[in-house]
Amino acid sequence: MTDRALAVVRAGALTTVQDAGRPGHAHLGVPRSGALDRPAADLVNRLVGNPPAAAVLETTLDGCAVRPRSAVTVAVAGAPCRVTVDGRPVAWGAPVRVPAGALLDVGPAESGVRAYLGVSGGIAVEAVLGSRSTDLLSGLGPAPLTVGTVLPLGRPSGVHARVDVAPQPAPPAELVLRVTLGPRDGWFTPEAVDTFRSRAYRVSSASNRIGLRTEGPALERARPGELASEGMVLGAVQVPPDGRPVVFLADHPTTGGYPVIAVVRAADLPAAAQAVPGTPVRFLAVRRR
Amino acid sequence: MKVLSVGEDALLVEVSSGDEAQALHAELLRRRAEGSLAAREIVPAARTVLLDGLDAPARLAAELTAAELPPAPPRARDIVEIPVRYDGPDLADVAAHWGVPQKEVARIHGDTEFRVAFCGFAPGFGYLTGLPARYDVPRRATPRTAVPAGSVALAGPYTGVYPRSSPGGWQLIGTTDAVLWDHARVPAALLSPGTRVRFVPEAKS
Repeated sequence: MTDRALAVVRAGALTTVQDAGRPGHAHLGVPRSGALDRPAADLVNRLVGNPPAAAVLETTLDGCAVRPRSAVTVAVAGAPCRVTVDGRPVAWGAPVRVPAGALLDVGPAESGVRAYLGVSGGIAVEAVLGSRSTDLLSGLGPAPLTVGTVLPLGRPSGVHARVDVAPQPAPPAELVLRVTLGPRDGWFTPEAVDTFRSRAYRVSSASNRIGLRTEGPALERARPGELASEGMVLGAVQVPPDGRPVVFLADHPTTGGYPVIAVVRAADLPAAAQAVPGTPVRFLAVRRR
Repeated sequence: MKVLSVGEDALLVEVSSGDEAQALHAELLRRRAEGSLAAREIVPAARTVLLDGLDAPARLAAELTAAELPPAPPRARDIVEIPVRYDGPDLADVAAHWGVPQKEVARIHGDTEFRVAFCGFAPGFGYLTGLPARYDVPRRATPRTAVPAGSVALAGPYTGVYPRSSPGGWQLIGTTDAVLWDHARVPAALLSPGTRVRFVPEAKS
């Protein structure tokens, strides 16, 4: 094997390979997948001189540790965390040179949920339908990292950015999600629609890459029965029988049978990916532009 | 035809039957192929077609609301034959629902021409229609935690084949060795919306 590779020393709670995902295959039942906090993934690629579509690592809450077999440039962004090389602290949110064989540790998130680790050359696992993303709903793409996994790296194509620290939004203390109502808001009572757009919810610990689950007042249906399965979009706020809204994230199913009361604006979804369980959530109904 | 807005850049077009949804889907694919419709995703479902990734959804919504639904397209595509052994554990339950002897299930199912109405649930999982409404069956009261890959199954008006092992509540009537999904193959999915399908009974070995 080439020496352009990363060996996984600590896999963390859930660390996956992510890129821009595989949109365009929803009609075959293939989720779009891809990095949940796209701006953070784009940033680490830019910092290490990769094209935007290069694959990065997405960690969940407690980071990960890897050992590159050759010298690489890396950058960590998204959830703020302590980053070390062979135990010595290095910059977060900036390009860092890691010597061959050194241990790069991405520490637990100090706030937020998901840190992104970009490596010069990008993670070069085999692409499936044009993407290297791990899709946790359908199982496409590489399996989540385990200790001992060796990830091949691509050839570095650009020069890393010359910045000290790139500015990034802080993970949200309160998550305000702008939504446009519909297409199935008519399936709920007017009181339920009012509740949805005025009351506070909290991020549930059952949230994952498929959906941001919430706890809060249940939304009552105006009509019984089942909705025939229909296509689902990223950001759809689906309401299952327990009445608690679920915001669909990148690994969401392509069709579903529970009514969608509203859709979250795409620009607000990266913040949703960084909201820790317990974070207050408000849905702010806005007009379509 | 009813057109519902979905977020900022998607539309959900609702029609009154599965046949209409299939006709609408074929028409929208035709428009995309000729370049008059730009959509990242065209996702048919039971009675809707979702258009996602649109540049000008409001204009398209107005245009579609005024449009006439075309008649169903000619069935020009080749037929996919799926070899099947009718040996599923729910064969007796399905026969009871249908009110026929057990061996009649294989004959009725094997004599039917199906069409992939839409896909979902898992990559390569098609919802196939073609059986008359009197053969609709309910889902199992308790879903199985693991349905083996290749299981041929019924639920509601649909027949489906599990592309890989997964939990499921459908009634299992048979097994196939056909590979429904192989991401190294082009195309990866054996079945895509609009595909005609026939199940060909195999002798029990």
